[in-house]
Order: sequence, then C-alpha cells, then structure tokens
Amino acid sequence: MNLSVRNVTKRFPAKATPAVFDACFTATSGGITTLLGPSGSGKTTLLRVVAGLETADEGQVLFDDRDVTRVPARARGIGLVFQAFALFNHMTVSRNIAYGLEVRGASEKEKRERVLELLELVQLDRYGDRFPRQLSGGERQRVGFARALACRPEILLLDEPFAALDARVRVELREWLTRLHESTRLTTILVTHDQDEALELSAQIVVMDQGRVVQVGTPGEIYDDPKTPFVASFVGTANVLRGRVEGEKVTIGPLSVSAPRGAKEGARVQAIVRPHNVRVAKNDAEHPERSVGTVTRVVGLGSFVKLQLEIPSHDPMTVQLTRTEAESMGLATGDKVIVDLAEARIFFEDYSI
Amino acid sequence: MVDQWARRMLIAFALAFLGLFVGLPILTVFLEAFAHGLGPYFDKLREPETLAAIRLTLVVAAIAVPLNVVFGLSAAWLISKYRFPGKSLVVSVIDLPFSVSPVVAGLIYVLLFGKRGLLGTWLEGHGVSIIFAAPGILLATVFVTFPFVAREVLPLMQDQGSDEEEAALTLGAGGWRIFAQVTLPKVKWGLLYGVILCNARAMGEFGAVSVVSGHIRGQTNTMPLQIEILYNEYDTVGAFALASLLMLLSLATLIAKKAIERRQHP
Repeated sequence: MNLSVRNVTKRFPAKATPAVFDACFTATSGGITTLLGPSGSGKTTLLRVVAGLETADEGQVLFDDRDVTRVPARARGIGLVFQAFALFNHMTVSRNIAYGLEVRGASEKEKRERVLELLELVQLDRYGDRFPRQLSGGERQRVGFARALACRPEILLLDEPFAALDARVRVELREWLTRLHESTRLTTILVTHDQDEALELSAQIVVMDQGRVVQVGTPGEIYDDPKTPFVASFVGTANVLRGRVEGEKVTIGPLSVSAPRGAKEGARVQAIVRPHNVRVAKNDAEHPERSVGTVTRVVGLGSFVKLQLEIPSHDPMTVQLTRTEAESMGLATGDKVIVDLAEARIFFEDYSI
Repeated sequence: MVDQWARRMLIAFALAFLGLFVGLPILTVFLEAFAHGLGPYFDKLREPETLAAIRLTLVVAAIAVPLNVVFGLSAAWLISKYRFPGKSLVVSVIDLPFSVSPVVAGLIYVLLFGKRGLLGTWLEGHGVSIIFAAPGILLATVFVTFPFVAREVLPLMQDQGSDEEEAALTLGAGGWRIFAQVTLPKVKWGLLYGVILCNARAMGEFGAVSVVSGHIRGQTNTMPLQIEILYNEYDTVGAFALASLLMLLSLATLIAKKAIERRQHP
C-alpha cells in the first residue's frame, strides 16, 4: 500500500513553532521509508500523525487513495513498534502477540495458529509462555514486531525500534529486520536518528530538520547529493568550511575552488566536503608557500586512515584515505600538505532569515 | 571502635524511642482493654452504642473508599494522560485535604449544610439533614481521604507514560478495554496501597468527623468518637476495648501494606 503525507502541519499548544510544518512525502508500496533527523526534528510527531495517535492540524494522510486523516488509530490497520517496546508486562509473550486478534474476537484456534506462526517468524519459538521481563531487550523488541504484525497490518510503523538496545544487538536486529522485510514486503516507515541505520535499511530517506522535510531521496542521493548543508553534515560525516566568492573562485582561507555559476561577488558560502573526498598530497620542500595545512593526527582504522589537518583560521578538517594511499605518501604528524577541495559542494549562506 | 560505639548508641536510641512512643502505647491499649479479663472485654464490645459506632464506621468506609477509588483513578488518568488548562490547579487541589486542618474541613461542611448554612436551609425544607447525620460524616470522611488513592496512582501513571495504552489502541482496543486490560494492571499495586491507606484514614478520622457528627449516641458516633465518649466517662475498659479493635484494623493494614511492598519489590 502506498502512503502519502500531504502538507501535514502539527502544532502543540504552548509551543511557538510547529512540531511538523508542511511535511510532504510518499512512501512507495513494499519499501522501507526512513524519517531521519536529530531529536526534536518532528520525525516522531510525523509518525504519530501517520499512526493516528496525533491528528494533523492541516494537511492529509492517504493510504493509497483513501484519506485517513480523521480515521482513529484503532481503525487505521497499522502496526506500530515502539522504542521502549511497550509490551504488556503482565501478559505472556503469546498473549501479547495475540492481543490484536483477541480485541477482534478471533477464535482460540485462530489465535493459537497465528501466534505460533509469528513466534517462528521472529525466532522466539519456545518463548510463548514467558513474560516480557524474562526476555532480553532484543527479544522483547522482536515480540513487539510480532505483536504489531499479528493482525496483518498494511503499513508497519517503527518508532526508533532499536534505539533502546545496545550497539551489538542493534546491528544484529538491523540485519534481522532486513530479512523480515524481505519476507513480508510491508510498506514500512522507520523513524531514526541513526544515519547508519537509515543508509543501510531504507529504500528512501526523508530527512527532517526543525519540523520540516528538507530532502527526500534514496540513500545514494542523500549521501552524494545533499541539497542543504544540514543534510550534508547530518548524513555521513562532512567538513564544513566557510568562504567567500571572489571573482571566478571561492576562497576558503588559503584554499580556493571554482565558484558555482551565478555566484555573486562577495557572497558568503559554505563548502562541504566528505572526508574521503578531500585530496591531499605531501608538499615538497621546494615550494613551501603552497602548503595549506599541517597534519596534526594520524589514526589508522582498519583499511582506512584518518588524518586531522590544521588549516590557518579554520576549524580542523578530517580527511580519510585508504591505507595504501596513506602508506605510499608516508604521511606523519607534522607534515605540511597540499589540499584539493575540488569535490566540495558549495552552498550559499542564507541571510533571508 | 568509635564507629561501633556510635552505631550501638544509635541503634539503642532508635529502639528506645520507638519503644517509648509506639510500643508502650500499643501495649497500654491492650493491657487496659483486657484489665478485667476476656469476658468484660467482649461484653463492652457488645454494647449497643459501641456496636452502632462500629457499624457506622464500617458503612462510611465502605462508601468512602470505593468513591475515592473512582475519583482517584479518574483524576490520575486525567492528569497523566491529557493536557488541559487548569491542570496544575487540579493537582494542587488534590493535595488540599493534606494541608487543611481536619477541623476546618468539618467546619466547611457545617457552614455549607448546617441549619443556617448556604445550602442547609433549602435542604431542610426538603427534609434532608446532612449535618449531625450519617451523610455529613460520609462527606467529611470523603474530603479528608480523597488524596490517598490519587496520590498513589498519579506518580505511577506519570512514570509509566502511555506507550502501552497507545500500543493497545493501534491494535484496535477501545477505551474501556484499554483501561481494564492495560492501565489497571499497570497500577494495581499502587492502587491497592492507596486503598489501604485511604481505608485506614477513613476508619480512624477524628477531627473532621467530630465537627459534623453532633455525637448522637448510637446514631452519629463513629469508632474514634465513641472511644472519646467512653473515655471521658471513665469507662476505660470500654474505651480501650474499642481502641484495641481500631488498632487491630490499623495493624492489619500495616501488615497488608508490607506484604504488598514485598510483592512489588521482590
């Protein structure tokens, strides 16, 4: 089922700025769409509007062509998985899973069969008679998934489902979710602030900041072609450098790159470049005036090497090289280097605010 | 060495303090009650006025406690799950009976429902008497005890948040089902604890009830009031026999409370 969010705005009383403002996106059938943003960006509020736990002040939520904006949560046919699991602690795992069926008045036989099916799906076959408190965090969240799936929802909503788990379990469950999604092919909305999670799991990412949708695209588009400095620095790591347009060039301290077309003379810009897109070379002793940075730290991380560069009157810059590159150059702390920012993306600073 | 001394001194002090101010009085109550043996003890409890006081206390508690359960649960639910204007005012009003002297609470009802009170004249015209009658005692008791359930349940509901309720909602459950199957089980121990405290206070309340009761023997005396009357008439055995019964109720309450606490934090 396709899910469309059209111009949704949600305000909370006693808050000057809306929690969600004019949000639009379409989640295509059968894929995972991720709402990604820092805390307070409105992604959870938007998910709650889709779930029906909050009502949009303006705009519409459509399931295929059906307008569900005013349909209460209990009638939307969605499955919701919570960050803090939200299991019914006084009920067994089986009864937790069967709860939605129980509410619908399903027969004992029907419930038993569906519970067994789901326990198998989430790999908790022998845990049916246990209580949630007897399970680990990862196991509890799998019960949360099973419970949400029990009534065969057409849309699965995941509100930071792995955020309460420790790092190792989180990565395991991420892979588990990929397999689960491959077998169910449910239209899924995932809320997260974890960019790795978003990049790894999603077919589509909706980046949110301060209540607004700032970019919608595939993980590749978001990573390689960020539309704003915020997206560039929030998704993946990036160096943010401030500069100014001077003639055909953008000058960033001792560095310069060619200015984008239509740049106004003197305009302030941000140059954003990912660590692996910075080209560095050791400077030879003959032309010391070409040096723009000094290596202040070299950290080896498996097949990659991270350099910390100091550039006069700028924040330190992070550069990532492959181990082979770094070793062939023989870079060490204190070396003077030449830096090439040809791959930086230039954004004009917006003074209209 | 010094540490151990200090510790022993502290323990001795604490025990002596408890013994003097709690243990000794409790012992006295039972010693006085049984001063003339078992026979007189039970005879005193079987006196009609005393029986009437016991009955009235039980009836008042039996009405006041369920009323406060309903009020406490709905107030806690309202405050923890909804945003509405005047919420902080409601929270402070719930605490009011804790800060108002019980005598003043009783007087408020006399001023409202008494013969020359705001509503009293009208009520009297319709043949309803509240002050110096059982309804007044009930009102005063409800007033004094209404924070207990709300105060126990509210922090629990606030801590637990609404995730489980929302989960049940997305699974298709309606309001009453969610309340009975999700919310109530989450707060049941706190609720029971609140009920126990509320009950203990409902049975033991003296001040507020004394003001509205009128002390009509065999009619408007609750157990604490009857104890005072008997004591003032130098009927020590009768007074302490009834006092021992009230004490047993409190002790049973305390034991129940302990048992619940153990259940909650195993």
